Amino acid sequence: MEFEDFAPKLSMLLYGVIAFVVIIGGLLLLLDVVPNYFARRREAALVAASVSTTDGPAPPPSRRLRKPGEGLLGLAFLIPALLLLLIGLVVPAIRTIILSLSNGDSTEFVGLRNYGWIFQENDIIRVLTNTLGWVVLVPLLATGVGLLYAVMVDRARFEAVAKSLIFLPMAISFVGAGIIWKFVYAYRGDGDQIGLLNWLWTTLGGEPQQFLNNAPWNTFLLIVVMVWIQAGFAMVILSAAIKAIPSDIVEAARLDGVTPWQMFWRVTLPSIRPSLIVVVVTITIATLKVFDIVRTMTNGNFDTNVVALEMYNQAFRYQENGQGSALAVFLFILVIPIVIFQIRNLRRQREV
Amino acid sequence: MAVSTRPRQALVLATTLALALSAAACSGDSGDGDSGSTSAECAAFDAYTGNDGTTVSIYSSIRDAEADLLEESWSQFEDCTGITIKYEGSGEFEAQLPVKVDGGNAPDIAFVPQPGLLKRFADAGKLKEASAETKTMAEANYPKEWLDYATVGGKFYGAPFGSNVKSFVWYSPKLFAEKGWKVPTTWDEMMALSDTIAGAGIKPWCAGIESGDATGWPATDWIEDVMLRDAGADVYDQWVEHTIPFNDPKVASAVDRVGKILKDPKYVNGGFGDVKSITSTSFQEAGTPILDNKCAMYRMASFYANQWPEGTKVGEDGDTFAFYLPAVDPAKGKPVLGGGEFTVAFADRPEVQKVQTYLASGEAANTRAKLGNWVSANNKLDIANVENPIDKLAVEILQDKSAVFRFDGSDLMPAAVGAGTFWKGMVDWINGKSTTEVLNQIEGSWPK
Repeated sequence: MEFEDFAPKLSMLLYGVIAFVVIIGGLLLLLDVVPNYFARRREAALVAASVSTTDGPAPPPSRRLRKPGEGLLGLAFLIPALLLLLIGLVVPAIRTIILSLSNGDSTEFVGLRNYGWIFQENDIIRVLTNTLGWVVLVPLLATGVGLLYAVMVDRARFEAVAKSLIFLPMAISFVGAGIIWKFVYAYRGDGDQIGLLNWLWTTLGGEPQQFLNNAPWNTFLLIVVMVWIQAGFAMVILSAAIKAIPSDIVEAARLDGVTPWQMFWRVTLPSIRPSLIVVVVTITIATLKVFDIVRTMTNGNFDTNVVALEMYNQAFRYQENGQGSALAVFLFILVIPIVIFQIRNLRRQREV
Repeated sequence: MAVSTRPRQALVLATTLALALSAAACSGDSGDGDSGSTSAECAAFDAYTGNDGTTVSIYSSIRDAEADLLEESWSQFEDCTGITIKYEGSGEFEAQLPVKVDGGNAPDIAFVPQPGLLKRFADAGKLKEASAETKTMAEANYPKEWLDYATVGGKFYGAPFGSNVKSFVWYSPKLFAEKGWKVPTTWDEMMALSDTIAGAGIKPWCAGIESGDATGWPATDWIEDVMLRDAGADVYDQWVEHTIPFNDPKVASAVDRVGKILKDPKYVNGGFGDVKSITSTSFQEAGTPILDNKCAMYRMASFYANQWPEGTKVGEDGDTFAFYLPAVDPAKGKPVLGGGEFTVAFADRPEVQKVQTYLASGEAANTRAKLGNWVSANNKLDIANVENPIDKLAVEILQDKSAVFRFDGSDLMPAAVGAGTFWKGMVDWINGKSTTEVLNQIEGSWPK
């Protein structure tokens, strides 16, 4: 290989790096310059106001009084967000709903047939039960593990190190995690086991197992991967919430002579309830959308398929746009109650 | 604070700008030159001139080293005709092409390896019918059975280009010579040989069908190859076109014939484990135990030649070679299962048609073949230009008059089956489900 062979690719790479630097640099610059500009303007206005108050008439007493044009300004700030929301969310959602009522190549209206199909095919019912398993187990386990860990390492020695250890998997992409764990579960018929789990198993005297082939346990093994990633997220949020519990409450409870058990259930848990709900809701939504782990590790074979992966397969691999869109809408409907719960919860919190 | 950082920001900005400008200057140098080729070299391309300065985009699933060879193969065409070919290869070709086309962003030419997909685009009116020149060129260079796959509703859409032969069984010539085994020429001989090998304490077969999101396809190739042998080419066509159901007894018979090899723990899976290990063994590594004499035979297409570890000699006198998967009844001809990509166009500008015609020519096939690792059913392809022995064998089989060629069936079926439930069904089948159960399931998923 000569350098010339690489030269075009290298210059492409260089362009990429430059574009990256220019865009990120520009954004940073913008973030620095724009607020500064406004800050200085405000400063100037304040100075001017303070000057004018000394000899001019008094300013209006109420600050709530709106200046004309402020609503317009608000709208101007809202428009980009609304526009992006419209392009990226509202229009595709409506289009997906329309597609879900059409046939495979979107040429004919078929009514609710695609929705009927979801509940008729054995394969798809399997997909739904798997997803249900994911949604029940992942938030429960991930939050449980995260909470347990947060409580246990709270104010322990090496707390920061311990916490970063469990937080590290968060930094790994789902695909990366899938590949790592695929190796953990890997199987070799004879010779040395390359999978950690099978190595342990055979060292203890067992026959090598094909863990990922045997339903329903394989779904559980995939869930472990998601828990591994999400537990760190739960731990960080919950640990912060625990630290935010006012120390006088904790001290008062101590003076009353609570056992650690009572402390956890009567003091810690009620105090961190809002954070706990945020964590559970966030993980639940992430779990409903799980795709990468299943696609990398089993590709939905061996009865491990989930809704998001099947949706992609139907729409983009089998060119069954109708059925794929129906699954997408179904997934959307599943997420709605969780989102409503979350919003109501936030509102209640604000009222308190 | 904000004021103090400003000079530094200016410096960063200036540096990036300077970098950008200098990079542009660097690449500017390599842009010109090489346009004045000698006319003698260009004589072969006279028919394609007249559209100097135009650009044709090509989109395909061929990437990396193979893509570089492809681009190299038409570089002279570009120099002589002045037509620039903008090539893009994608690993998500099958999923992305419909997105591009439906989004009004279609490439000028696509290399479509699935006649099923080709038909879908043709039916939707997205493809442009091939020009008369392309058609004449294709008819002169390719067998009719190939062109039929690119003909929808009487209209011809594009010539094949690269091809591969799937009916191969890889083996170790050394081990065969050492043990005195002979390459089988009939199915019965092959089964007898399997027993002999199993008797010698070696697993006769290796198999692996793991292939990322396409897991299962190697098993569907097995079934198709045996369908051609067990039921014959006519029944094969009916099966692919769904004029007989997927769970027809003839299909079941072929699947069971494969099952006698792939689902027999005495026969598989050398070096990897039991029958189920087939599902988790990648097709790339599945054949490698042949080099360690842990298994004796591996049925896989000609392109597997590129998968052997570096330093492996492929050839009749080498570490590994392939024999033709024998027919059940040799009297009925020589069934060959294969695949290939079709060069179809989404635009009918004159330069696009010229590139399409060129790709159908013997010139294009020979230029590409000379660069190595490439096979085509193009009958102008001079076998002397094909370097490695397995490609030679593949070209010989493709040009053989007694060969009964059929295209990979899963590429002809609707994607929901051919790239979906058929693959998945085969994974379930290896993983323990019965033939009847799996075939019923696939039949149920055929789009109505």
